[in-house]
Amino acid sequence: MEDKKNKKQAFSRRDLLKGFATLPVIGAFGYGMFREWNADRLRQNSIASELGLNFDEHPIAVPSKSDGKTLRIGIIGYGIRGEQLMRAAGFSRPELVDDWKRGAQRNVNDRRYGDYQEQEDLNIVITAVCDLFDVHAENALKAASNSNRSGVDGPMNQTAKRYRRYTDLINADDVDAVIIATPDHWHARMVVDAAKAGKHVYVEKGLTRTVEEVFDVRKAVKESGIVMQLGHQGRQTASYNKAKEIIDKDILGKISLIEVCTNRNDPNGAWVYDIHPNGSPETIDWSQFVEPTNPHPFSLERFFRWRCWWDYGTGLSGDLLTHEYDALNQVLHLGIPHSTVASGGVYFYKDGREVPDVFQAVMEYPDRDLTFLYSASLASERFRGKVIMGHDASMEMENTLTVTPDNRSTRYKDQLQAGVMSSDKPMITYIPGKSNVDAVTSATEQYFASRGLLYTYVQGKRVDTTHLHIREWLNCIRSGEQPSCNIDQAFEEAITAHMATIALRENRKVFWDAESEKIV
Amino acid sequence: MKSEISYSKAQLVILVSSRVLIGWYCLYEGMIKWINPSWSAFAFLNDSQGWLAPFFHSFAANPTSLSVVNFLNIYGLIAIGLGLILGLFTRMATVSGIVLIFLYFLSHPALINTSYMLPSGESAMWVNKNLIFVFLLLILLVYPTGDRIGLDRLLFNRFKN
Repeated sequence: MEDKKNKKQAFSRRDLLKGFATLPVIGAFGYGMFREWNADRLRQNSIASELGLNFDEHPIAVPSKSDGKTLRIGIIGYGIRGEQLMRAAGFSRPELVDDWKRGAQRNVNDRRYGDYQEQEDLNIVITAVCDLFDVHAENALKAASNSNRSGVDGPMNQTAKRYRRYTDLINADDVDAVIIATPDHWHARMVVDAAKAGKHVYVEKGLTRTVEEVFDVRKAVKESGIVMQLGHQGRQTASYNKAKEIIDKDILGKISLIEVCTNRNDPNGAWVYDIHPNGSPETIDWSQFVEPTNPHPFSLERFFRWRCWWDYGTGLSGDLLTHEYDALNQVLHLGIPHSTVASGGVYFYKDGREVPDVFQAVMEYPDRDLTFLYSASLASERFRGKVIMGHDASMEMENTLTVTPDNRSTRYKDQLQAGVMSSDKPMITYIPGKSNVDAVTSATEQYFASRGLLYTYVQGKRVDTTHLHIREWLNCIRSGEQPSCNIDQAFEEAITAHMATIALRENRKVFWDAESEKIV
Repeated sequence: MKSEISYSKAQLVILVSSRVLIGWYCLYEGMIKWINPSWSAFAFLNDSQGWLAPFFHSFAANPTSLSVVNFLNIYGLIAIGLGLILGLFTRMATVSGIVLIFLYFLSHPALINTSYMLPSGESAMWVNKNLIFVFLLLILLVYPTGDRIGLDRLLFNRFKN
C-alpha cells in the first residue's frame, strides 16, 4: 500500500492484474447481451424485414393541393358533428378557440389549441350555412367568419350567408361544394340534389336511412361526376395502411374470422345528447325536419337525440358498425356480405328509444371463406378491439397494430419450435407516434382516439384524421381524382349496414343478390 | 488517491463483487433501453405517484425534457454500469448511481395503498428495492474499491506527479 511513490512511471504486474481484474466481466456481459440482442432481433425486427415490412418509415403526407383556387364551401347541419367538421376544415367558433386556449394554459397536455393552430390552411372559404335550429345556424355563421382562427376579441370576416332551406344553399352561385352533417334521414336527398346541381359533396356516415336511397345516391353521384367523400375518417389512420400491407403480404395466413366491436358506456356515447335550452318550436323548423320521414309532433328529444329513432337513422348499424366495417373494408376489400343475421335489444337505456343499445350482426363471406362478426354494447366500456384471425397469426388493429403468431401455425412452425416466435409474444408491433400520448377530453373522444378515429400520426406528428379526410376530399376536387371513401366504398358500406338493420328489424337472415343488386 | 481504509481479503472480495454486480445490473438496464429504439421514460414518469408526482409528470409532458430524460437514463445507466464494473471513475459512477436511483425511488415511492401501472414484481411498504440499492451504493461510496481492484488504480497512479 505504501509502495506507490517508487513506481509512478511503470506499473507493476500486480497493478495491471488488479487494474484489469474486472475486465472479463465486460466480456461475459457482452456475450450475454449479444445473444439476447440477437434473439430479440430475430424475434421482432428480422421477422418484419424478412416478411418485407419496413416499420421505421412513417407514411409520407400527401402533398396538399391547396395552392389552387379558393374553394367556396357550404355547410348543411351544424350540430355536434358539423362543428367538428368545420374545426377540421379550419373554421371554429371564437368561443371554442378561447376555451382551448384556456385549456392549454391550465394543462400542458391539452393540445387542442396548438393542434388547431398548426392545422394546415386548406384554402377554402365558408360562403353558406344551413341549419334548422337558429342557435346552430348562428354558431355556424360565427365559425365561418373566423378564418383567422382567433378568439372572441379577434378580427372576423363575414363571408357566409344563412339559408333556411338546403336547396337554396346548394343552388347558390357562390357554393362549389357542400359538407353535409345532418341527421341521416336527410342525407340522400341532399346528396342527390347537390349532385344534380354539380356541387361536390362530403357527407357523414351512415350514407342513407333506407336501402332505396342508396341506389338514388349512387346513380346521382355517378351521373353527375362530382367528387363525393363519405365521412369515414378512419381511412386516414396510419396504422390501417400498415395493416393493409401486413394482410397483402399474407402474414396472417388464411383469414377465417374477423371480430369488431363497439363498447361505450356513457350517455353521450349512447346518443343521449344535450337538449339545448333555447330549443323550441319557435327556434326549430320542425316541419322541415320531418319532411323526408314519418310525421311526428314536435319533440325536442327527437330533434337533438335523433339517433335513437328509426325515423331518422339506423342506430348502431349506421352510426358505428359502419366505422368498423369501413376500417376492415379498407384493409381487406370485403365488399358486401353474402348474408347477414342480427340480434339485439334496448337493454339499458330505457328512455323511450326504439333502436337497440346492444346489437350483434354476423355477416358471411362464403367467397372469401370468412365470417365478419360485429358486437356492440352502449352500456359497457370493456375494450374489445378489432381482431383479424388467421391460421398463422392474428392481428389486433387499432391505432397500434399487434400481430401474434398462432401456436398451431403451419407457416411459422419452425420458428415456433425453435423458440424464435411464441404465441404469447407479438411478432410484429407497429406504434405510430410512439412516445406522444396526449390528453383527450371526453369518454367518447377517448373511445374514438383508441380506435384511430380521432387522430393519426404523420411523420411522428399528431394530426386530426377528420382534417386529413376533408383535405383529401378538397385535393380530389382540385385534381379530379377519386377520394379514398368514394361512392363505390360508400355503396358497399351502406348496403352492408342496411342488411344488418333489416336482419334485426325483420328478425330474419337477409341475403345480397349481387347479380340483380337486391337485398332479399 | 488510495483510501486510507485497509480491507481484509474477504472484505475486499465482497465489496468488489457487490460493485460489479450493481454495475452489471445498471449496465443491462441501460443497454436494454439503448437497443430498443422505441423505449421512452414516458410511461414511467407518468406512472409516478406521491408528493413529487407533479414534478415527474411535468418531465413527461414536454417533448424536450422527455428526450433529455431518455438520453440521461440510457447513457447514464450505461456509464454508471461500466464505471462500477471496471472501477473507472468509480466515485463519480457511485454518486451518479445514488442520485439516479434515488430519483427512481422518489418517483415511485412504496406508499401505503398505492399501486402502479408498471409492474415492479415486489411487495413493499415504504422500503423498496430502489431504496436498498441507494444504500448499497452508499456503502460502496464510503468503502471505495476502484483504486485497488479497477482501472482507477492505474489511472490515478499514473498521473500522480
